[in-house]
Amino acid sequence: MEKRVVFTKLGLPILLVAPQIIITLVFFIWPASQALYQSVLLEDAFGLRSEFVWLDNFTALFSDPHYLDSFARTVVFSAATAGLSLGAALFLAVMADRVLKGATAYRTLIVWPYAVAPAVAGVLWFFMFNPSIGVLAYLLKSIGYDWNHYLDGTDAMMLVILAASWKQVSYNFLFFLAGLQAIPRSLVEAAAIDGARPFKRFWTIVFPLLSPTAFFLLVVNTVYAFFDTFGIVHATTSGGPAQSTTILVYKVFNDGFIGLDLGGSAAQSVVLMAVVITLTVFQFRYIERKVAY
Amino acid sequence: MAGLEFVGVRKTYPNGVRAIHGIDTTVSDGEFVVIVGPSGCGKSTLLRMVAGLETVTEGEIRIGERRVNELEPADRNIAMVFQNYALYPHMSVFDNMAYGLRNRRTPRDEIARRVAEAAGTLQLEGLLDRRPAQLSGGQRQRVAMGRAIVREPEAFLFDEPLSNLDAKLRVQMRLEIKRLQRALGTTSLYVTHDQVEAMTLADRLIVMNAGVAEQIGTPLEIYDAPASLFVAGFIGSPAMNFLPGTVAGDRRGVDLDGSGRTLSVTPPTSVGRGGVTVGVRPEHLEPVSREEAVLEIAVELVEALGADSLVHGQLTGGGSGALVTVRVDGARQVAAGETLSLTVAAKHVHFFDPDDGRRLG
Repeated sequence: MEKRVVFTKLGLPILLVAPQIIITLVFFIWPASQALYQSVLLEDAFGLRSEFVWLDNFTALFSDPHYLDSFARTVVFSAATAGLSLGAALFLAVMADRVLKGATAYRTLIVWPYAVAPAVAGVLWFFMFNPSIGVLAYLLKSIGYDWNHYLDGTDAMMLVILAASWKQVSYNFLFFLAGLQAIPRSLVEAAAIDGARPFKRFWTIVFPLLSPTAFFLLVVNTVYAFFDTFGIVHATTSGGPAQSTTILVYKVFNDGFIGLDLGGSAAQSVVLMAVVITLTVFQFRYIERKVAY
Repeated sequence: MAGLEFVGVRKTYPNGVRAIHGIDTTVSDGEFVVIVGPSGCGKSTLLRMVAGLETVTEGEIRIGERRVNELEPADRNIAMVFQNYALYPHMSVFDNMAYGLRNRRTPRDEIARRVAEAAGTLQLEGLLDRRPAQLSGGQRQRVAMGRAIVREPEAFLFDEPLSNLDAKLRVQMRLEIKRLQRALGTTSLYVTHDQVEAMTLADRLIVMNAGVAEQIGTPLEIYDAPASLFVAGFIGSPAMNFLPGTVAGDRRGVDLDGSGRTLSVTPPTSVGRGGVTVGVRPEHLEPVSREEAVLEIAVELVEALGADSLVHGQLTGGGSGALVTVRVDGARQVAAGETLSLTVAAKHVHFFDPDDGRRLG
């Protein structure tokens, strides 16, 4: 039974929802509408005048090979980051679910990276992979791989993917672990008696029951990879070398605040916003249909 | 199909808790054995050890002639029905039943045939495409049974399968389980805390208490000659009355309520002089006239059940004031506050050692 409270006067309910509304207005609606407005303006080089140009900024954007490249790179980056962090987190959660001794300590340790700021996480990996002083670069060299993310675009991309997924593993881990613990033990036992080996049990029983969690995390991770990875990119590769790690969110910043193309940058952020809204709607639709067993 | 054998089976958990203190018994091929006991007595642990879900600390469990201690659950060829049914929520009823067969690489047409057959037996034909969430409690219970029988295992293990059903459905499913087991002739081990379920289903009962099998026998053997105070109090409903008796000096009678009246019965030789715990079932106490009575109770409460009534009262006389329950004919009018004079036939009197609770004689 859902409990509904009926207010007789208008004052209290407004007061109760006000904080939420105000925060959304100030930190989302206002900047978002500013971005929308800016995206149809063209500013002169000195920032003195701006001109209304309809959708010219968007047309320019989608005919710019650099932007399309960046889009493709973002897709690769997001897919790899989400895939890697989800895979690693699922593996760790399955292991943690089996741990009997020291389970709390183990879980706490896995959760720590989430408390690390993106820029710090980036710098951490940046140092470990530093071609001259990095531990991991040194190890790679000893097995014959000459790692250099200053010169090699692929190395640079791998570096940001690693740093970005490492940070997200903790978050995913918590959700997967909670999801695993919500699966009744007797289901797995019944499957064991029904002749399924551990690997098969996982894929035919556990994973299908985790799929709502996995899907939710997939969306959250994609959004994370699209937006929250700015700090990591900025602190490690600054989008280089040769723009090989310039993902969309970094390009927004670069074109807007370095290149001072405010209109074009605003148009880019509007596109990003559209992507996220689509993803979120998709998620809610899907989860609503699928979550109830 | 095969029998089961327990040889000195013990279970100690890693934290030192000893759950089972040594079980020795055999379940012969096709037999229906019920393990009954209060919660925490180790009955489920014992069942889970047979299934392979718990390790055996000491001793040996054999299915057929095979020692199964080290075998994976999958290799034991048993099927289990869980208390919460443990149906796979993301699979249809058909897939739930077919899952175990698919894992054993049974040919597709063979799976279809066996599932159809089981569905027919259990009246699940129309439900094969449904998900467990779309089924009622009784239907889920049937699917769980179906999942067990399609496998045609060597033994069925039931872990309190009826405790999630309402009273009426429980009685109905109880009959169905019994009928099914008779028809299939599959060796079954059934765990329950409900003594009525235990009595009605079992060919043989194992009454467990605190990790020990207190008594093993047919339901009537246990009812007629309970081996200990625990078994006597646990089997039979309402529970047996225990009275502090005193053996008369000439050993020709026992005083049940300290009033000086004695029930003429010859106590077994193992009963010592003086105090003994006497057990009498509520259904064996008969209301009689004051002159014939061996004990009297002051009636406190009457529960009319229709066919008969349960009269609860306190012993009068000089004795302990112990609480006594009597089952009387439903037509008999008994009111709270009156005194009921009772007697009991000598053959229905049980003697127990007041110190260790063992049956005497």
